Amino acid sequence: MARATDGLHLQDVEIRQEGFRLTADWTVAEGARVAVLGPSGAGKSTLLGAIAGFVAVSAGRILWAGRDLGLLTPGDRPLSILFQDQNLFPHLTVAQNLGLALRPSLRLDRAEWARVAEALERVGLGEMEARRPAQLSGGQAGRAALARALLRARPLLLLDEPFAALGPALKAEMLALVAEITAEAGATLLMVTHDPRDAQAITDQVIVVAEGAASAPRPIAELFADPPEALRAYLG
Amino acid sequence: MGRGALWAGGLVAALLIALNLGTLGAVALRADAPGRLGAADWAALRFTLWQAVVSAGLSVALAVPVARALARRSFPGRALLITALGAPFLLPTLVAVLGLLAVFGRGGIVNHGLAAIGLGPVSIYGPQGVILAHVFFNLPLATRLILQGWLAIPAERFRLAAALGFGPSEIARHLERPMLREVLPGAFLVIFLICLTSFAVALTLGGGPRATTVELAIYQAFRLDFDLGRAALLALIQFGLCAVAAALAWGVASPAGFGAGLDRPVERRDGGSLMLKAQDVALVALAAAFLLTPLAAVVARGLPQITELPAPVWQAAGRSLGVALASAGLTIACALALAVAVVRLAPRPRIAGALEGVGLMALAASPLVIGTGLFLILFPVLRPTAAALPATALVNAAMALPFALRALLPALREVEATQGRLADSLGLHGLARLRLLILPRLARPLGFAAGLAAALSMGDLGVIVLFADAQTATLPLQLYRLMGAYRMDDAAGAAFLLLAASLTLFWIFDRGGRLGARN
Repeated sequence: MARATDGLHLQDVEIRQEGFRLTADWTVAEGARVAVLGPSGAGKSTLLGAIAGFVAVSAGRILWAGRDLGLLTPGDRPLSILFQDQNLFPHLTVAQNLGLALRPSLRLDRAEWARVAEALERVGLGEMEARRPAQLSGGQAGRAALARALLRARPLLLLDEPFAALGPALKAEMLALVAEITAEAGATLLMVTHDPRDAQAITDQVIVVAEGAASAPRPIAELFADPPEALRAYLG
Repeated sequence: MGRGALWAGGLVAALLIALNLGTLGAVALRADAPGRLGAADWAALRFTLWQAVVSAGLSVALAVPVARALARRSFPGRALLITALGAPFLLPTLVAVLGLLAVFGRGGIVNHGLAAIGLGPVSIYGPQGVILAHVFFNLPLATRLILQGWLAIPAERFRLAAALGFGPSEIARHLERPMLREVLPGAFLVIFLICLTSFAVALTLGGGPRATTVELAIYQAFRLDFDLGRAALLALIQFGLCAVAAALAWGVASPAGFGAGLDRPVERRDGGSLMLKAQDVALVALAAAFLLTPLAAVVARGLPQITELPAPVWQAAGRSLGVALASAGLTIACALALAVAVVRLAPRPRIAGALEGVGLMALAASPLVIGTGLFLILFPVLRPTAAALPATALVNAAMALPFALRALLPALREVEATQGRLADSLGLHGLARLRLLILPRLARPLGFAAGLAAALSMGDLGVIVLFADAQTATLPLQLYRLMGAYRMDDAAGAAFLLLAASLTLFWIFDRGGRLGARN
C-alpha cells in the first residue's frame, strides 16, 4: 500500500452540511500540482476547508504521508492555505505578517528577520517591509501571502482562489510565481479554480467537484480531451 | 485561544456568580422574618414601584416628540446634541442633583422666575424631585432608544409614503405608530429597571415617609439604625423586585446601544408646514435647555471655587481616581476573558449564552444589595473601612461589565469571523493571539469600555456609603457630606471637579483606544 502512505489521501471522506453532501476517496501523489475544478456551490472551497481543518468531516479520514490529520488543529497541519480574501492581518506590517510564519509569537531573532526580508525579496516586495496591507495593491498583497507560504515551507499548499479578484495579466503572473515556488520546494499544490485556463497554465492533474462528489485526480490533457458529463455541462 | 481562554472565562463567571448570588446568600441568612417589615418599609416598597412607573412613563412620553423632531430635522449642532444625549450616562448622579438644585431649588432660577410673577416657591425635595431627577437622567436615554427606532424605518418607506401623498397623520398611522409599539415597551422597562435601583437621587432629593426607596431604606436600616437583620430583609425584597423587572425586560427590551448610526436625519418630505417646524424647533430647544442648563449651572458655580477646595476634597479625588482606574482595569480584564470564552464557545450556543447571561447579570443587580452582602461576609474578619475602597472598585467593575461586554462582543465576533481562520491556519494561539490579533483589533471598543467603566466608577455613590468613614471617602461621598453640611460653595467646586474628572477619564481612554486602533 505504498500509494496510500505517500501524499494526500482522502479515505472514504464524506462531508455533510445542511442540504449538502460531498464525498471523496482518492490520493494525490506528493509533489503533484492539482486543479480543483467545478461549478460554484459544488463544494470546492468546502473540500479545501476540510483538508485545512476548518470544516469537520462526517466520515472517513484525511491523511498526509500516512498520518491522520483529523487530530491536528489547522495551524499544526502540514499545509499552508490562502483564502479568497483576508490573507493578511490589516493591522500588522507586511514584515510582521510574514514573521508569523516563523513564530506565531512574532518574537523573531535577527536571523529570522533576515529570512523574512529574503522571502520578500524573492517575491519582489523588497521595499515593502514596513507597509501595511492597505497600502499594497492586490497583486502585491498576493505576493506577500505567497511569500509567507514560502517561509512556512509546509509540504502542501492549498489555494482557494486567492487571485480571483486580480486582472488576467496579474493573475497569470501570480500563477507563474506559484509554479516557481512549489517547484523549488517540491510542494504539493491543490488549487481551486473555476477557469480551465488557470488549470492548464500550471497544473498537471484535475479533480472535478460536481454533483456531490470530488472525483479522483486525472491527468489534465486526458480530461480535457474527453471530459466527463459533469465537466462537459460546466464547460458548456 | 486555547483552553486557557475557557478557564479564564469560567473563572470570571464563577467570580460574578459569587459576587451576585454569594452576597445574596449572606443576606438571606442574616435577614429577619418578613413580619418585621414596618409601615415605613411598605411605604418604601410602594414608593419605589410608583416612582419607577411615573419616571419611566414620563421619560418615554416626553422622549417621543423630541425623538421625532430629531429624526425629521437637520440643523447645525444636531450631531453634537445627539452625542450630548449620551452624556447623562457618564454624569455622576450628585453632579446632576446639584445642577437641578441650582435650577429648581429654593434659590434656583425657576423659583426666582416664579417669585417675579408673584407665585410661591416650589420645592424640589420629595417625590417630585426624585421624579424630576430621574426624568433628567432618562429622558436622553429614552430619546436615543426611540430615535434608533425612527432611524431604523427604511428610507424607502418614507419615499413610498411621499409617492402616495401621505400627510403627517397618515405617516404616523402607517409608519410611526407600529414602530413605537415595538420600541416603547422596551424603553419603558429599561428605564423602569434603572429607576428601581435609584439610590443617590433618593438619598439627596427624597427621604422621609413620602420619598424613600427600598435602596435608601437599606442604607438607613444599615447606617442609621445599624439593624443588619432588617437591612438584609430589605435587600432581599430589592433583589426580588429587580429579578422580576429584569425577567420582564429580558423578553421585551432591546439592548441599549451606544451611538452608532444616529447622526443621519431621515430624508422625508412630510415636515414641511411652518407649524410643524416651529413645534419641532421648540421641542428640541426645550429638551436641550432642560438638559444643559443644570450642567451649565454646575460649571458656572463650581469653576471659580476649584482653587479654594479644602484638602480633604483633593484627597478624596485621589482615592476616587485610584478606585476608578482599578475598576476600569478589572472591568476590561473580566469583559475580555468572558467575551473570548463566549466567542470560542459559539458552537455550543447554550453554554455561550449562559456565560453571556452571567456577564449581563449586573444589569439587574442592586449595588446596595451586593454591598450589604459583602459587608455581612467581610464584617467578622475585616474592618469595614479597610475594605471600603476595594469593595467599591469590585462592585463598580461588576456594574460596568455588561456595558463593556456589549461593546466588546460584536467587535470580537467580527474579528474572529474575518480573521479567525487566518489566525488558526498560522497557529496563532493563546497569549500571542491576544497580543497580536485581539488587543490591536479591539483597541477602540476596549478604550470605550475602559473609559465608561472609569467614569461610572469615578461618579458612583453606592456601596461606599456602607463602608466608608471620613478617612476613606471617595469624591462623590465627600461631595455628599459637603452638601449635607450646607457648604454649598465647596460642594459646587467639588461637583465641578467630579464632573471634569469623570468626563476627562472617559475622554482619555476613549481617545487612547481610537489612537491605538490600527487598520
